[in-house]
Amino acid sequence: MANASDRPDAGIPPAEVPDLALPHPHSWWAKYVFSQDAKYIAIQYACTATAIGLVALVLSWLMRLQLGFPGIFDFITPEAYYQYITMHGMIMVIYLLTALFLGGFGNYLIPLMVGARDMVFPFVNMLSYWVYLLAVLVLVASFFAPGGPTGAGWTLYPPQAILSGTPGGQGAGIILMLVSLILFIIGFTMGGLNYVVTVLQARTRGMTLMRMPLTVWGIFIATVMALLAFPALFVACVMMLFDRLLGTSFFMPALVEMGQQLSYGGGSPIVFQHLFWFFGHPEVYIVALPAFGIVSDLISVHARKNIFGYRMMVWALVIIGALSFIVWAHHMYVSGMHPYFGFFFATTTLIIAVPTAIKVYNWVLTLWRADIHLTLPMLFALAFIVTFVNGGLTGLFLGNVVVDVPLSDTMFVVAHFHMVMGVAPILVIFGAIYHWYPKVTGRMLNVGLGHIHFWVTFVGAYAIFFPMHYVGLVGVPRRYPEIEATFITTPIAGLNAFISVAALTVGAAQILFLFNLFWSLRNGREAGPNPWRACSLEWQTPETPPKHGNWGKELPVVYRWAYDYSVPGAPEDFIAQNDPGPRVERDGPP
Amino acid sequence: MSIVLVFLLAVALVAGWWLSQQRLTSKPWLETGAGPPASDRPEIPTAKIGLGVFLAVVGGLFALFGSALVMRMGYADWYQVRLPDVVWVNTAILVLSSVLIHIAVGAARRDETAQLQAGVAAAGVSTLAFLGGQLLAWRILIDSGEPLAAHPGASFFYLISGLHGLHILGGLVALARTGARLWRGEESRRVRLGVELCAIYWHFLLIVWFGMLALLMGWASDVVALCRTILT
Amino acid sequence: MIMAWVLVLVVLGSVIFHLVSPWWWTPIASNWGYIDDTLVITFWITGIVFAAIVLFMAYCVYRFRHQSGRTAEYDPENKRLEIWLSVVTSLGVAAMLAPGLIVWKQFVTVPDDATQVEVVGQQWFWSYRLPGEDGRLGSSGVEWISSDNPLGVNPHDRFGADDVIVEGGNLRLPIGKPVKVVLRSVDVLHDFYVPEFRAKMDMVPGMVTYFWFTPTRTGDFEVLCAELCGTGHAFMRSYVQVQEQADYDAWLADQATFASLQQGQPVRVAKQP
Repeated sequence: MANASDRPDAGIPPAEVPDLALPHPHSWWAKYVFSQDAKYIAIQYACTATAIGLVALVLSWLMRLQLGFPGIFDFITPEAYYQYITMHGMIMVIYLLTALFLGGFGNYLIPLMVGARDMVFPFVNMLSYWVYLLAVLVLVASFFAPGGPTGAGWTLYPPQAILSGTPGGQGAGIILMLVSLILFIIGFTMGGLNYVVTVLQARTRGMTLMRMPLTVWGIFIATVMALLAFPALFVACVMMLFDRLLGTSFFMPALVEMGQQLSYGGGSPIVFQHLFWFFGHPEVYIVALPAFGIVSDLISVHARKNIFGYRMMVWALVIIGALSFIVWAHHMYVSGMHPYFGFFFATTTLIIAVPTAIKVYNWVLTLWRADIHLTLPMLFALAFIVTFVNGGLTGLFLGNVVVDVPLSDTMFVVAHFHMVMGVAPILVIFGAIYHWYPKVTGRMLNVGLGHIHFWVTFVGAYAIFFPMHYVGLVGVPRRYPEIEATFITTPIAGLNAFISVAALTVGAAQILFLFNLFWSLRNGREAGPNPWRACSLEWQTPETPPKHGNWGKELPVVYRWAYDYSVPGAPEDFIAQNDPGPRVERDGPP
Repeated sequence: MSIVLVFLLAVALVAGWWLSQQRLTSKPWLETGAGPPASDRPEIPTAKIGLGVFLAVVGGLFALFGSALVMRMGYADWYQVRLPDVVWVNTAILVLSSVLIHIAVGAARRDETAQLQAGVAAAGVSTLAFLGGQLLAWRILIDSGEPLAAHPGASFFYLISGLHGLHILGGLVALARTGARLWRGEESRRVRLGVELCAIYWHFLLIVWFGMLALLMGWASDVVALCRTILT
Repeated sequence: MIMAWVLVLVVLGSVIFHLVSPWWWTPIASNWGYIDDTLVITFWITGIVFAAIVLFMAYCVYRFRHQSGRTAEYDPENKRLEIWLSVVTSLGVAAMLAPGLIVWKQFVTVPDDATQVEVVGQQWFWSYRLPGEDGRLGSSGVEWISSDNPLGVNPHDRFGADDVIVEGGNLRLPIGKPVKVVLRSVDVLHDFYVPEFRAKMDMVPGMVTYFWFTPTRTGDFEVLCAELCGTGHAFMRSYVQVQEQADYDAWLADQATFASLQQGQPVRVAKQP
């Protein structure tokens, strides 16, 4: 690379890539099941993630039923409740959000947006999905294991995760959970290699890094982070599996459980926490960065305006990605680690707020003097900004070490992370689906149903999680199936019931959304190739939906960045990236 | 976590160097035009870039095991595992297989098929010998009363050498596929790439093995102590 | 259009909820009023930022919504504005971080005159140990635990003999005296959490953790566990009773010491790990 790097466009492959290089399917199985087409793999990822996500949604209903109306539902024992919270958290964070953003959107959008025919290693890419599916099946199997799934909380802290006081701790639950995570990480690594190397190697002629849409940037940086962070979870899982099955003492100290002296000795639960959060904190940004990228594009397209401060947006993504590896211990302020770590990690954590704030400013400044079309993707993008700003700001409470002390392990934390990495990214996912569904299927989603879905989801989700902060401020700890305590001076039962009703309503609206997805597949309005009149390459494919190979005979050539909206003097309010066009003189310094 | 942070710093330096070549300060809205078509100068093959990224992940994995080991070392019950002598023989064999595969790469570049075949076969056999030797080391260690759960030093030895062995095994699969291509007489360009990739992987796993051995034997503890005082 | 109004309503609703909601933290009973102050500073700064950003968005949505003939302005970036915003943001962050770190410094610096109190967590109840007349807690370890030595006090440590053991009962503390709470767990992670004291810390098996505070008003304060510890997590309760010094002394004189609990027992030698 060094000898070729003196030219700015070095490393771009020639426009004429022989079509034969792609593994075209020769049988029904190879076409519809073991497909090596990234677009098809993306849909497989998305469907699997949604299916398992629905399980997590139902679990959240059960949890809210118990919290809102304690004592009514006899079948929700404390054991069951802990199993619900554990599986809900793990599924939502890893098997839904990570898989959907990277496996789903990454697979679909990266090759199309950078002008590639497919991912660079299609076979490995296919394998990635099947290992992911296996991981999901192992996870589902734990629901049917004797003793049920693990109830250790999604953080799986030892020693309790593998002891008998925790549901699934001495049964198969925790083993299946750990095995499933290990499989997920192996599968993800296969996919992640593809996403990164495709961006590095398969960009079409003219697609410099600084011409890539922010969606690709977000997914790219998130994948790099995930490739480096997931091994920490892998190490933690393998070592805990050894402790559970083979009697080693990596994390297990000498302890007396229910009067019984166990044979463990000398290990440290804190080591596990360091490893877990070394993965766990970057994981937050692995989910957030693709959302940042996608929302930037949604806002820009539907406000008919270039994203404000594109360069700053790219740099902020890179800086956030790098910084997120040195903030992990802010999850451990009250874990018993050396208290002086608190100074360092509080400082790094609050520094990260600055590039994140810049991103928020640039989103809202993009709206300034724009031409805002309040389409469904735009509405979801606006709702994302509200919930993300809200959740990000409460993060400043929890990142600031001393403020975290009273709030840690309370419902405030639950409200915070749901707002910032639950509601906010999922709103982006919805917006993205309304935005790209026409490219995937050739038809538009129904707008009327979409509006009902949007309003219930946005207002409802805010009504769930905003008041929940106050439950936490009162002092109610998280992971309590019911709470009766003398410190609660104003009863919170009514507030909890309200939150539960809101949660059930929002959940029901998602059923409507699923219905819309299926209904519009046949009955949606024909979309045409570029219904939003967007600049980026995925809207310029010769066919909609794009065929295997994406681009017909010749790869597109890119002449400009992805944000040429409302360029003064241009005949239309957008110029596609592959439009050589008349050179339009721009204002501003050269 | 000092080891993995040092490793990440190295990755960040490479990434930062690469990003600095990408004109991240350019103003894309002021530039139109496709730029010249790619030249006919040789590029780095995609597979090599892919392997590089994969090795970064594997490096991270072992760096994390190293970090866990160093953290665990800090507790009272730690004592060093007494490695059986056969481990040193194994290490020598692993070095030998790295040398052999390096010779094979040279032969591939010069298009000397006979020497290439010999090199690949010898590298494969010596690597298998390494794996066998590692199993023997486990056997000896178990017989001498230090099974997996005996003490954390032993646990880490089994865990790390086992995972290292699994990675070697994966490499052997790739080497076998390249070897099959070679014996079928496929075009030399593809075979050469395959051998080169295997060689990179072999050298990398050799370095990893040295690093892990240094940690397990406590050679690195002076360096670690230094890192600790700096980082904590 | 509706969206602009909804955004305004979200801000108004949030602010009104904050101002009129009866749900607020429970009255404080320790010296950590500083923590509450830092929290309030953070509330003000973040609240203003939230309202400003969302209201700005609402204005943009209203003012620049699509109407026929509208074209967006072409505006790639504005370096001065971005630098200016970064500086203001950094100042805001510093205004929250600085008091936070100052208070944290106090939080981790235990005063020299603090008396030690040990809290031991196990599935799923609390036990307490007070240092007795010599003012020092004897050493301990899980290898010493047995039915008549539930906290694992080292029977060979002379400092342990006069330690006062409260198994499964309530902890009493004199008002106005700084306390260093030493935390230990014999099985899994727990977290000694009294909402009125604001401070909390995990208890980790194999380790001794601590925090300190000064009780500032008398009363009974419920102890909860704040780190998931298994099925009984939510029901792991106890009370800390803060009393006047005289009441406390009278109670303390009645308590059994470790030595008296061990009387008649042969001295056992624990198995070495």
